[in-house]
Order: sequence, then structure tokens, then C-alpha cells
Amino acid sequence: MASNSSGDESGRHQTARHRLSVIAGHLQRPSDRNAALLAVDCKAQGSKPNVKTSDRDEGRTVPRRRQEIMKWNGWGYSDSRFLFNKKGQAEFTGKRYRLSGMIIPGLKDWMEGTFGANLQHKTQATPVLNTSAVQPPMLNEAFVEELKSTGIPFSHEAEDRVFRAHGHCLHEIFALRDGKIGRVPDMVVWPNCHNDVVKIVELACKHNVCLIPYGGGTSVSSALECPPEETRSIVSLDTSQMNRILWIDEKNLTAHVESGIVGQDLERLLNESGYCTGHEPDSMEFSSLGGWVATRASGMKKNIYGNIEDLVVHIKMVTPRGVIEKSCQGPRMSTGPDIHHFILGSEGTLGVVTEVTIKIRPIPEYQKYGSVVFPNFEQGVACLREVARQRCAPASIRLMDNEQFKFGHALKPQVSSIFTSFLDGLKKFYITKFKGFDPNRLCVATLLFEGAREKVLQHEKQVYDIAAKFGGLAAGEDNGQRGYMLTFVIAYLRDLGMDYYVIGESFETSVPWDRVLDICRNVKARIIRECKDKGVQFPPLSTCRVTQTYDAGACVYFYFAFNYRGLSDPVHVYEQVEHAAREEILANGGSLSHHHGVGKLRKEWMRETVSNVGVGMLKSVKDYVDPNNIFGNRNLL
Amino acid sequence: MASKAVYSHRDPMLKKRDDFEDILEERRNTSDLRYALRCYTPALYKGLTPCTASQLKTMVLQSDQLLYVINQVSKETGTATDEIQSEAEAILEEMAHRLQLSTIRFFAFTLSKIFKTLFRSICVNEEGIQRLQQTIQEQPVVLLPSHRSYMDFLLMSYILYTYDLALPVIAAGMDFMGMKIVGEMLRMSGAFFIRRSFGGDKLYWTVFSEYVKIMLKNGFAPVEFFLEGTRSRTAKSLTPKLGLLNIVMDPFLKGEVFDISLVPVSISYERILEEALYARELLGVPKPKESTSGLFKARKILSENYGSIHVYFGQPVSARSLAEGRVDRSQFNLTPRHIPRKPSEGIQDFVNDSAFRLVRSQEENMVLKPWVLLAALLLQNQAAGNKLGVLVEDLTEQAVWLRDLSRQFGAFLHWPDHIPPSRVVSSSLSLHRSLVRVSEGRVQLNLEPGFPPPAMTPEEELLSKAVVVLSCASYRNQVLHVFIRAALLASAIHSVAGSRKQEIFNAFSFLRNMFSNEFILRPGAEVQDFEEACYLLVKSAVLQVHQQEVLVTDRGHRTLAFLTSILDPFVQGYQMVCRFLCEEAAESLTEKQFVPGVRKFFIKHLLTGGLKYVEVLSSDLQKNALAALLRLGAVQKLRGGADEGTLKVNTVMVNSLEDTLGGKLPTQKPLAARL
Ligand SMILES: Cc1cc2nc3c(=O)[nH]c(=O)nc-3n(C[C@H](O)[C@H](O)[C@H](O)COP(=O)(O)OP(=O)(O)OC[C@H]3O[C@@H](n4cnc5c(N)ncnc54)[C@H](O)[C@@H]3O)c2cc1C
Repeated sequence: MASNSSGDESGRHQTARHRLSVIAGHLQRPSDRNAALLAVDCKAQGSKPNVKTSDRDEGRTVPRRRQEIMKWNGWGYSDSRFLFNKKGQAEFTGKRYRLSGMIIPGLKDWMEGTFGANLQHKTQATPVLNTSAVQPPMLNEAFVEELKSTGIPFSHEAEDRVFRAHGHCLHEIFALRDGKIGRVPDMVVWPNCHNDVVKIVELACKHNVCLIPYGGGTSVSSALECPPEETRSIVSLDTSQMNRILWIDEKNLTAHVESGIVGQDLERLLNESGYCTGHEPDSMEFSSLGGWVATRASGMKKNIYGNIEDLVVHIKMVTPRGVIEKSCQGPRMSTGPDIHHFILGSEGTLGVVTEVTIKIRPIPEYQKYGSVVFPNFEQGVACLREVARQRCAPASIRLMDNEQFKFGHALKPQVSSIFTSFLDGLKKFYITKFKGFDPNRLCVATLLFEGAREKVLQHEKQVYDIAAKFGGLAAGEDNGQRGYMLTFVIAYLRDLGMDYYVIGESFETSVPWDRVLDICRNVKARIIRECKDKGVQFPPLSTCRVTQTYDAGACVYFYFAFNYRGLSDPVHVYEQVEHAAREEILANGGSLSHHHGVGKLRKEWMRETVSNVGVGMLKSVKDYVDPNNIFGNRNLL
Repeated sequence: MASKAVYSHRDPMLKKRDDFEDILEERRNTSDLRYALRCYTPALYKGLTPCTASQLKTMVLQSDQLLYVINQVSKETGTATDEIQSEAEAILEEMAHRLQLSTIRFFAFTLSKIFKTLFRSICVNEEGIQRLQQTIQEQPVVLLPSHRSYMDFLLMSYILYTYDLALPVIAAGMDFMGMKIVGEMLRMSGAFFIRRSFGGDKLYWTVFSEYVKIMLKNGFAPVEFFLEGTRSRTAKSLTPKLGLLNIVMDPFLKGEVFDISLVPVSISYERILEEALYARELLGVPKPKESTSGLFKARKILSENYGSIHVYFGQPVSARSLAEGRVDRSQFNLTPRHIPRKPSEGIQDFVNDSAFRLVRSQEENMVLKPWVLLAALLLQNQAAGNKLGVLVEDLTEQAVWLRDLSRQFGAFLHWPDHIPPSRVVSSSLSLHRSLVRVSEGRVQLNLEPGFPPPAMTPEEELLSKAVVVLSCASYRNQVLHVFIRAALLASAIHSVAGSRKQEIFNAFSFLRNMFSNEFILRPGAEVQDFEEACYLLVKSAVLQVHQQEVLVTDRGHRTLAFLTSILDPFVQGYQMVCRFLCEEAAESLTEKQFVPGVRKFFIKHLLTGGLKYVEVLSSDLQKNALAALLRLGAVQKLRGGADEGTLKVNTVMVNSLEDTLGGKLPTQKPLAARL
């Protein structure tokens, strides 16, 4: 147990409990188990493949066999999904989320109205993996032999391999639903600690085996896809069992954590000692600390806690050349280019991040959601800009455009039955609350404040005062909270869409302030135009939101989905449109990516993004660190 | 009655064209007053934020660009910013339109009356109008009419009003402002005024460009301007001016709007009101200052019949699709967009190229009347020295032949096929009786002085003939764009001894390069133009084009002869300009003295019979020739000091250009790429 020297243990537990209920607010996972916060030595030698080591699994979300709790061809937990029940009403199954077990009356209307989707037209996903469609593993016998002697668990079962052959790009999930399986890893290994990883990497180098690190599998850049041209045996190195907090240092407010821990476990375990990292990417239920480092992830509360690069104090990475790490934990150094920045964003091309020292903060005393409705998107952006100028952004501030606002409304769970239809409900809402706002132009910002109660209330007032200058009207905590909930269920919704011929995806960029409106308008229009040109029969959903504010710009998210009935190769059309949208982003001064990374999906633009010399620099690092391309996932370059 | 050309994927120019409706017809049958007062509710741009003219001004005066430039100018000159600010306000005041529906209604009424007396019909392609209406709602629109007459922009607004479309704001030259009342009326009908030259005046430029951009971006109104910059006095399209096109492209290139629609509009007059005025101007009668009374004098003969007008609203061209694959828009990523920067070379090329494409699509949709063909034939006949004129039957036969040829070339010819050709010819001749004389079954240009024959010097007599010839040429010129590529090829074949394709291409490129100030020839498109010319001449069975060779068919000679002679006046004119520069250009010939000098030189040679074509007296041709020589570096213009504007002639080069033009010298090095 991390030392708890202070006397106010009970107070701390209280805040911890509060914090837990908050997290449960958007995740609502029962968290009654206690996890030990002990630095545990790696016991891999003793453990046998496929045998549960109970002390490790205590309180951990991700088992080795992920398929036990997660979908193999869709997002998230197997027990949680949207469906239309016999009455034709949308319902979210399971017990894990706030929305679980609820009826969502507006969703059907919204889906039909927005996409021209029809509940009669359903596509069935392949229910179980047809293992015969999976190519037999191509094993490097010598490697396997030596690996066995280390006692590190591994598997070459088809299910395990298929699960680690993809992230969550549309084309990846679409293919799985279709039962189409491409190149998959030939085996999966589960190291238990840093030393295991050192051994695996040594063996891989010795036997010329290709290694692909796998964290939470939430990649949306084709980063986890096996390069089809790879002729060596491919081994997926699954970090999920390296999931312990090794120590907590309350004097310096840091925690030393194994890289495979997923966000929700990290937060829960820290909460138990009264701390948090505050790093909350929307994928935090499943994405891992190592994955965040490897992709330069960004969490929604970065305004208080920072992005991953601001959070890490120390990183340990195992490369074919050996282990790279700094010699101390000084908060800032002037020692040439920061070697952390070779690791951050390396996307599994240089080695495996095994342990990370990360900053922690005491759990905030108070948390409050909020929302503001603006007459139009322009005003909303102007308000966010002003908030950024005054550097008073709350923990999170997000501005949704009109389409997304409607979408948010469509997800209102049934509380009472006063709303006969989604549209009536909307109308009622506008008319009663926002006279004079055009329901087809207004937009909403959702807010999340955190900190000491006093301060939060003060801060809240400051932000609402600024909003008022831009015509913004406070629209309640409820709308705010629902906005955040949406981000956790949106990936589930995509699966529902796919059941009804609707495919979609989100993508992001970062852009200077003066370009925000232009990029939003142009990219949305480009998507619509491209869909039309490519023969999409129904107008697509093309919407955006500003999700992060910075001093010099903002992060913008685009959502795009369409009904693909009548198209012979919908995924290809989808990819063409996404490609065009990215070109439009770049032409409008947006970046190639704010946080999703490059992977293989956006590789073609790397050179123009970082210049020839930049590519050369990265390449020379790769050539030095990994001359035989052991980490051969071919991301980035 | 669009031409029934054979459409082919190889020449996209041969498009199907829409039908026309006469908008005067209704005006003749219903009340003009009611029409002028009727309810006007145009469809507007979907992204429009409605604002008044004065809000618009405030937006301009507070734009980042302008504030930046005001600061800059203040730093450079030491003048206080508020002083410069008020200067900017004054500029804007002088410039800004004050579009008022009541003025439009006034014009709708009066113009109805005037149009009905002047013109038989005003024909508009309604499908084009429908396209435009759609486009106006979706994108900011730029209207780009051709410019042949003062009438053009009133006519445009009149048509848009008639069809209940958003009224444009129009960039007009400051000279209109001289016409006191008319100037103000025009302002209230949507014109805004720009000084003719404001070269280095940063402040002026910024106010002006911001004004235009803000109107465009906000969808306040379609912006209208003339790509050709000024009225073409010759009826040939003028080399496009790029200033305004640069301005309207800018918001798209910088991502401030998703797209801009550029709509070329072709206005063809059967008879131009300014016909004789233009000819005089080209011959050196100084341009009358555009005063109100002058304008009225210009149409002193309200009773005359000016035939019909055709207005063709072309397919909207998206700036985005023009730029696709050509412009890297990310070049604006690294500096704030409100800081004025000179457009990069790539952007300049792109805008220039777009401008040529747009002017060419104006040309393609110009309606040609039978008279245009007759004018071409009569001029050739006259130049051939035929003093008696041509028999009407022969002229008719030739005209029918030329009609078929131009249709094969994709011309937008309005030849009424249901009327016997002889009647088509005779009615055309009678509409233009001031230019032709028919007697004893023979037709010729009306070159004899009127009655009673005034006592004239030979020079005066020549000039009065030239007025008729140039008027006539201004009709012939309307068809030149149809034939220009083929004519260049025909002349190239003529000048090359053998049939080797590469040599012919070299000669073609030489001529094309030489005449690229004279005709609309898109920079860098020589291979494309060559192929197009070959294609057309093969299609009309004039040539056989092989891998290495170009052969003329037996039937082809007539066509080739026609095509060569259509270019011949220009060839001779340019040669003579060269000769003038070599023989007469004293040390100190200045640009100002150039035209009068050439004119004197030409008159001398015309009177002594050393020069065949009277039309070379056109100052337009002379200036274009000089511009070409300057461009090719055969003549240099000195800058600065006492020599400012002096022309320095490279005699050797000019001489060799003259010889090459005359076919005495083979085209030496290919001027452009090999085929
Ligand atoms: C619904 C959804 C919401 C998302 N929201 C966010 C968000 O809010 N913010 C955000 O930043 N991202 C977001 N993402 C993207 C994704 O979650 C992040 O990129 C995340 O950092 C990936 O972590 P992971 O553990 O899932 O890595 P994986 O997907 O397993 O791997 C990603 C890449 O990192 C490499 N890698 C993984 N672990 C290691 C390691 N230990 N050492 C070396 N390389 C490694 C892999 O080889 C691969 O190239 C979202 C994705 C989804 C599907």
C-alpha cells in the first residue's frame, strides 16, 4: 500500500469515493474490488500459459482472452450494444453504463431522418469468427522453442490472433463483420513485466521475427494492421498483462506504472489512494498507457492535466538496441533534444514502452457539468476563442455544431413520455427555452469544471459571463453531461449504424484559431460534395465539433456517416471521401493529426507534413535503433 | 438553333447549347410599368448574413487586412492612423455602390422602352438562367460578361431583374463617374467605381479588394466585372486582365469560402451601337470623353434597327475544380492570411490560365449571325482587289460553304435553316446597308464616299474607306475564334515547304506565339491547340495527319486558302510593323509616338499600293504587334530617367521575325516544346 501518512485518511477516502461515483458517472462500472498498490516483482517465470494468475487479475479489466468480455467484430463489451427492440424502439443493453437498459425514443426517428435508414433493411454481421478463414500461423520454430523456455505465455489460436490484427478503423470492423480476414499475427505473447519484454525483443532480434506491440487495440490509424508484404513470422506483443502500478510517490506526485494498464484501471486504482492522472481520452476504457505514449494521445481534460507528453516524467522503452531511459526524474531538462520525443508518437516502430512514470493529482473535490447554447456556430467558436485568450478554459470545453446538437438530443433516454417524437421534442425544447434561436443553426458547448468547490463556482461564472457576450445562454448541467456520455457510447452507435447500412467514422485535426470556422465549413462541404460525386444516394451526416482549445488554436473533430445502400463497394467510397476530407484539412491549414496519429492510414502525407529533412531525421533514428526492422508494423514512414 | 456539330469527346468545345427565349416579346405585350413595379423576390445565397450597404462599409473598414495596411502605411509615411483611416473611408465612399431597388425599377421601365425601339429581340438562354439561380443559392457567384458595349452591364442587370435573380454589384471604370447624373444612377443600380490606375497605392488596392471580397464572401450579391477590362473595339476578345480575377479567387484559395462559381456570359450584338465610333477610335480619332451627352449622341439614331441581342449564360465554372490538382492551397498555411502578399508564381499562372479558359468559354457561346460570315467573305474579296464586287449568287454559295465549315468547327451559328440561303443573305445585307452596297446583282463594301462627294485628300479618302473596312472587320472578327487554331495551322502548312509534321508544328508554334497578344490563345497550350487544329481539319477532310507527316487532301485546298487569307491581314500587319521599326524607328521613338508613326508609315504604303489590307490601320493591331515584340524581346522599353518610354529596337531580331512571318526564313528553333 502506498504510504498514507496523513491523518485525514477518511477524508481522502471520501473524495475517492466521490471521484469513483463521478467516473462511474460516465463509465458506471461497479468498482467494489480492492486492488493492492504494491510493487510486485515480475513473476512471469513462474506463470504458465493460459493459467490465470489471480493476484494480477484482481481489479483488472482486460483478460488475456479479450474475447471473453469484448466483441470480436465491433466496439467494446459484448454485453453492451444498441439495438431496436420488438417495438422498434432503440435500447442500450447491459448494465455497465448510465444508458444501459434504457430506451432511447428519439434515435429511430433521427436515424431514419438523418440517413434515410430503414429498420426493415438490416445487414447481419457474421456472428462468430470462422476460424477456417484465418490463415494458419507461420511460426518461427526456433523463436517459439526459445520463448517456451522463458515461460512467457503465448498463443497461436485463431481467435487470439484475429483479435490483435486490427484497430477500430471503419474498414477494419467492416471487414470483420463481413467475415473477411486478411494478414493476422502468427502468434500472440503476453509479457508480464519489463524483463519479459527484454527477453522477447532479444529473441525476436536473434531469430528475425517481426514484433508488433499491442496495447488496448483502440488504434484508429491502421497502426495495428499487419503489413501484407511482411514475410517473417509476425508476433503480436500484447502488453495487457503488464498492468500494475509499481509505486506511487506522493512527495513528487508521480506514479510508476506498467505500460499495459488501461485507462479505467489506472484511474480506478489511483482513485483508491485519492489520486488521478486526469488523462481521459474517449477511449480510456480500453486504451493503454503505452498506447497513449506511442500515439501522443490527448485526454479531454488536458486543460487541467495536460496531454500525455505533459504528463510523462520518465519512460522506459525496450528497443532492439537495448533499453532507452533517462537517468533521473527531473521535471525538465536541457540535454539536447528530448529523447522522450523520439518515443512519444513512435507508434510501435522503435520498441516497446514498458514502464512510465506519470504525474498524478489529488482527486478534485468538486466536479460540475454545464452547457451553453449559442445562436450559431460562429458565435460559439468566437466564445471558445475568447475563453482560450483569457486562459480560463474549464477542464473540458467542447462545441458541437447544429447537426451534432440534434444528434445529442436524439440520444436522450426516455424519462417521461412527453415527447412523442424526436422532432417534436426538439421543437419544444427550442421554443420553450431559446426563443429567437434558429433551431437549424444553434449549437451547444458542453463544459466540465473541476476543482475546489468555491473555485469551480467562480470559474463557472467567469465562463458563463464570457459566453453571454457571444449570445450564449446557459442550458443546464444535463445537456452537458449527456454530451460527455455521448463520447463513450458513440463507438457503440457505429455498430448499430452498420446493422442498418450506415457506415461512418470520426477524424480529427488541429488548426490555428483564425482557421477554425473555415476548416469546419470547408471540410463538411467537401464531404457532402464527395459523397454526391461518388454516388452516395442519401445526403451524408457531416458534422464537427471543436473539442480542445489551446493558446494558438483548437482541435476539431469531424464525424461523417452515410447510408450506403446502392453502393457496390461502400468501404472504398468511404475511404475516398475520408481521403478527400484529409486533403481538404491540409489545404485549410489543419494538421495531419492532433492525437490519433499517422499509422498507415495517413502515411502518404508525412513527407509534406514534416518536410524531407524531417522524414530523414526520423528515418535515421529508426535505422539506428532498429536496423533489421524488428518492429515492422511500418507505421509513420 | 444551336449548331448541329458532331460532338466528340476530343473537342469538348463542341458542346450542346441551350435554346433562347426572347424577353422583349413579353415587354411588347404587357405593361412596362407593371413590370417595373412587380414584386421582386430573388433567391439568395444560403450562407448570406443579410446586411445593409453601410454595414458592409463598416465591415470593410474594420477588416483585418485594411487595419494591417493602415498601420503599415502609417509606419512608412509617419501619418497618423486615423488620418489614413479617414482616407480609406473617403476611398470607399468614392467607390461604393448604393444599389437601390427603386433605381433598378426606373431602369427596368426606361430600358424596356429603349430596348424595344432599338432591338428586335433580346434572347436569353433560360436554362442558363436556371443554372445561375441554383448556383447563386449555393455559392458566391462571379458574373463575367463579355464586353462589347456600354449597354452590357445595364443589360445584365435588366435581365437578372427580369428573371427575378439577385442583382449584381458591378465593377465599373471611373470614367463613368464623369457623367454626373448617369454615374449616380449607375451607382444606384449596383455599379461601384474603380480608378483606372492605382498601381502602387496600397491603401487604395486594399480598400478595393476588401470591398469586393467581403461582398463576395458574404454572398451580399453576385459580383460582376469584365474580364477583358474594357470594351473590345474590334469584337475580338481581349487578353484578360487579372486584377479582379485575382481578388475574387483569393477567398477560395485561402479557404474563406468553400467554392466560388464563375459564370461566363456571352453577349452578342447583331449590330453594336458603337460600331462607327469604334472604327474611328481605332483609326486615331481620339476617344471622346465619356460624358453624358456623348453617350446620348452615340445613339443619336434611336430609330435605327440594331437587330437582336443574344445573351448566353454559360455553365458555371467552379474555382475549386479549376484549382484541383493545380494549386497547392496549403501555401497559405504559414503566414496570417490578412497580411497582403504578392501571389506566388504558381497562383499567378493559375489565375492567368483560368482567365483564358473563361474568356474562351465566353467566345464559344457568342452567337454568330450570317452577316459575320458575309463580312469575312466580302473583306477577302475586297482585299483580293475585286473592284466590281461579287455576284450575289456567288456570295450566297460561298456563304453556304462557310456556314457548313463553321458548323463543323463548332461555331454557335444562328443561321435560319428554314429560310432559303439567298433570303438569309439578302436580309443580312439589308440590315447592314450602311456597310455594303448592292447594285446590279453585285455586292461590295460601301467604300465610295457619300453624296455629294466632298473634296477630300487621298488620305482622308483612305481613312473614310478604312472606317467601313474596320466596321466590317469587327463583324468578321467575331468568327475568328472559331478558326484561329486551324488558320494558324493552315498558315504554317503554307509557309513550310514540305509536309513534315515537326516542321509544321514549329511554324505553327512560331505563329501562335507571335499572335498570342492578338487572339485568345491559352499560354502553354500549343500542343493542345495544334492537336485541336489537326483534329478539326481532319474531321472536315482537309488534312490527313500521320505520325510524321501532314498531307493536304485534294478537297482541302479551298478551306486552307480561306483559312490562310483570314489570318493574312494580321500577318501582313505585323510584318509591316516590323518593317516600320527597322526602317523608321529613329533612336528616340517613344511608346507614345509609336502608333502615330506606324499609322503614317502605313498610310504612305497603302497609298502607294505597297500594302494590301486597309485594316492594318487599326491601332489595336499595331499595339498588339508591339506588345508581341516587347514580349519576345525584339523591342525593349527603357525605364526611368530621360529615356522613360523610349523603344529600343533590336533590328536584327525584328528583321528576322519579319522574314519568318513572310515565309522567307524557315522557323529556326522551335519556340516551344517538340511535339
Ligand atoms: C472510440 C475511440 C475514441 C478515441 N478517443 C481518443 C481520444 O480521446 N484521445 C486520443 O488520444 N485517442 C483516442 N482514440 C485513439 C486511440 O484510443 C489512441 O490512439 C490510443 O492512444 C491507443 O492506445 P491503445 O492502447 O489502444 O493502443 P493500440 O491501439 O493497441 O496501439 C496503437 C499503436 O501504438 C503501438 N503501441 C501500443 N502499445 C505500445 C507500447 N507499450 N509500446 C510501444 N508501442 C505501443 C501499437 O503498435 C500501435 O502502433 C480513440 C479511439 C477510439 C476507437
